[in-house]
Amino acid sequence: MDTLKIRDAADVEAAVRAAIASEQPLEIVGHGSKRSVGHTMATNAVLDVSALNAVTSYEPNELIITMQAGAPLADVLSLIDSKNQEFAFDPMDTSVLLGTAAGQGTIGGMIGAGLAGPRRIKAGGARDHLLGAHAVSGFGDSFKAGGKVVKNVTGYDLCKLLAGSWGTLAVMTEVTLKVMPKAEAERTLVLRGLDDVAANRAMTAALGSPYDVSGAAHVPHSAFKATEGALGALGPAGQAVTLLRLEGITVSAAHRAASLAALLKPFGAADLVEDAASAALWRAVRDVTPFAAGGPLGAWPVWRIVCPPASGGAFGQALARETGGDVIYDWGGGLIWAALPPSADAHAALLRQRVTAIDGHATLLRAPDAVRRAVDVFHPQTDGVAALAERVRHSFDPKHILNRGRLTRTAIS
Amino acid sequence: MTIMMPASDQTVLNRRDAIIADLRAIVPGEGVISSAAEMLPYESDGLTAYRQPPMVVVLPETTAQVSRVLKYCFDNGIKVVPRGSGTSLSGGALPLQDAVLLGLGKFKRIREIDFENRVVVTEPGVTNLAISQAVAHAGFYYAPDPSSQIACSIGGNIAENSGGVHCLKYGMTTNNVLGCEIVLITGEVLRIGGKAPENAGYDLMGIITGSEGLLGVVTEITVRILQKPETARALMVGFPEVEAAGECVAKIIGAGIIPGGMEMMDKPAIHAAEAFVHAGYPLDVEALLIIELDGPSIEVDELIKRVETIALGCGSTTCQISDSEHQRLLFWSGRKAAFPAVGRISPDYLCMDGTIPRGALPQALARIRQLSEKYGLGVANVFHAGDGNLHPLILYDANKPGEMDKAEAFGADILRCCVELGGVLTGEHGVGIEKRDLMPDMFSEVDLNQQQRLKCAFDAQGLLNPGKVFPTLHRCAELGRVHVHKGQLAFPDLPRF
Repeated sequence: MDTLKIRDAADVEAAVRAAIASEQPLEIVGHGSKRSVGHTMATNAVLDVSALNAVTSYEPNELIITMQAGAPLADVLSLIDSKNQEFAFDPMDTSVLLGTAAGQGTIGGMIGAGLAGPRRIKAGGARDHLLGAHAVSGFGDSFKAGGKVVKNVTGYDLCKLLAGSWGTLAVMTEVTLKVMPKAEAERTLVLRGLDDVAANRAMTAALGSPYDVSGAAHVPHSAFKATEGALGALGPAGQAVTLLRLEGITVSAAHRAASLAALLKPFGAADLVEDAASAALWRAVRDVTPFAAGGPLGAWPVWRIVCPPASGGAFGQALARETGGDVIYDWGGGLIWAALPPSADAHAALLRQRVTAIDGHATLLRAPDAVRRAVDVFHPQTDGVAALAERVRHSFDPKHILNRGRLTRTAIS
Repeated sequence: MTIMMPASDQTVLNRRDAIIADLRAIVPGEGVISSAAEMLPYESDGLTAYRQPPMVVVLPETTAQVSRVLKYCFDNGIKVVPRGSGTSLSGGALPLQDAVLLGLGKFKRIREIDFENRVVVTEPGVTNLAISQAVAHAGFYYAPDPSSQIACSIGGNIAENSGGVHCLKYGMTTNNVLGCEIVLITGEVLRIGGKAPENAGYDLMGIITGSEGLLGVVTEITVRILQKPETARALMVGFPEVEAAGECVAKIIGAGIIPGGMEMMDKPAIHAAEAFVHAGYPLDVEALLIIELDGPSIEVDELIKRVETIALGCGSTTCQISDSEHQRLLFWSGRKAAFPAVGRISPDYLCMDGTIPRGALPQALARIRQLSEKYGLGVANVFHAGDGNLHPLILYDANKPGEMDKAEAFGADILRCCVELGGVLTGEHGVGIEKRDLMPDMFSEVDLNQQQRLKCAFDAQGLLNPGKVFPTLHRCAELGRVHVHKGQLAFPDLPRF
């Protein structure tokens, strides 16, 4: 299989046009850190955009950064960190879960996957922070979406579609993202020993309070059998922890932490973790370290389940019990990571039926090839929505040149 | 009228009586309005300079009725213009002579309040403010707050992706909407998203929001609600130079402070507002900033101090800090009433809505001053300074021949200037008909073609709200054609590995 290393945006256009002419679908790759997500693609060549790695402009006072899509995420994060800014949606580092080399991943991959971290409950996801993009569609045309300002309603908001599209609509060549100032301080309250349903209630109470909670996660006791690092260091193994984060200027974070601890008294006494130690905890939650590829559950398939937050605890508890798996909750219960014991379908039939019943959806983020051939990796949609989504895809890439087959099993023909 | 709308379909107009009868069979009673007098209120939206009676007004009450009306129109090749409360400032709900005006005003019920999941499920005709009011008893509110929030509908907010003074910190409509029920032009009813924090598959909710009624008719919406901040206080800071005010805004953000709201007014706007509401605005300054900080008192008090220090460092000459809710609201009263205030000093005004990079504010204002002299028309500027969204109000008198055309040309020049400075044509009011013909100043033909292809995925016949947003309409078949560059060597000179 050919790998085409493009040098500039014009190369992308040329490569896509040639691919259209020869009807040879392309797999779009930055660092390739998320290639194992989705279905095996029916592509004949790899389009490597990692050479598009420049930061075009960074204006901290405008709260925006523009860079080429192949820019390494780690480099960009350290650049904006030098100005005390961050991507508020807290993009996940998938290397822990997927077992790829640490520090790999590009900005384009981050947007294409759209995997936001714990702060999504407060700050939104990748889709909320992508302001503009230049991309090459499956027509072989370079087009512009959005702009380079934070407030813009000119024309359709095509950026929303690009975020989370897993490279199936267009090849992004340049993106503009919103950046936000980092909080001066952070405080995390730690509640101990709650079962999943009680923890869900505690998180719901916290998120319904005026204390501006920016992280609400629960790690049940069983998940600890496998945990080291920041989460493991929290206390005696075998005890569940519920984490609630408050960020802001120091006096405010401290004040709100105290107020929230008082509100959550009925759920037990809370310990307080501050600043760097708190940040390490949330990185571990974000990157799902208890289910690390290199850890004891590394061989288990991992699902990413999104559901109405208040339904999460009961759902996850039942799922873990019935499958013998482990779960971790983020987003106040609205995001559940489930590592389930290996099986031919990764328990897809049971899980999908249950998750659909609570108006949620599930993505099989990690699984061996054979399992991904057997089940739908991405949540099947209702017929009407699926048909509309396919028409939308077709409006960007009618010849199905880009990442063919990644999202749907049926697309491979 | 200086803008060309799509040609009327005479065969549709010839069948008007039959069409009305058919529509009455779907929506009985008062839901179909066809007399000229009764259709009068629907002739225009908030862009009142443009008026056009529709062929007929239909006000359905159920999703099933919406579905049947749309299917009927689809089957019969009849255009449809959706309408919420009709407060659009860009003409998004301007009727067409040969189109059904589909009003969602009867969808007035909040269907569910779910505090546990922090969402409200509502019908589209409910006003923006009514959502906040319905959850206020539990300390919640719906964050986006367009200044028309007493009247504008949440369905219209979806169509326009409405903003407001608090969107710097809390986002626009698109950042606060989770799901919807949408009826396509074919009559098909789809549910997109729901109470989950993120949707599966392509972000269709994201593309529906801000689509200006061109993609479908939304009949139910799920929005996020937030807990109200414990307290809010505002500073009112005057500067002898616009540049100094702009610098102050940049430094506040540079210091890592994101205020709940940060608004700027220039001298003409300050004077008009003060004469109207007597908010105590200083009259001897060139620029006034209203900066609101919200959160726990302990945080707000600290940030007020920091912002005051920054403002002094930038050369502010006056600074008042609200010490009561009454005073905070008084500071805001002038800004919130800026449009009607300007309406008092000028027979007519045109409200523009471009966004620029914040740092380009002095250049933009200087350019607007030059244009004001060139066109001989006054202008007052109000500005969502935090997010770079500029609202120049162009003063004119529609009774003077040619003056409205002049005002429109002035406005178009301002928006072109916004694009030249790295900004965009509209920050929150939408393209509608008002900025439609300026789209090529911001987007290439290729860009616009890609947007119209997306329209084809929802409405291949182009029956929903035609003539809005896009200056040139293409047939979907033509747009969908892929140009194959045959004979082109596959990947001619790319390095291979």
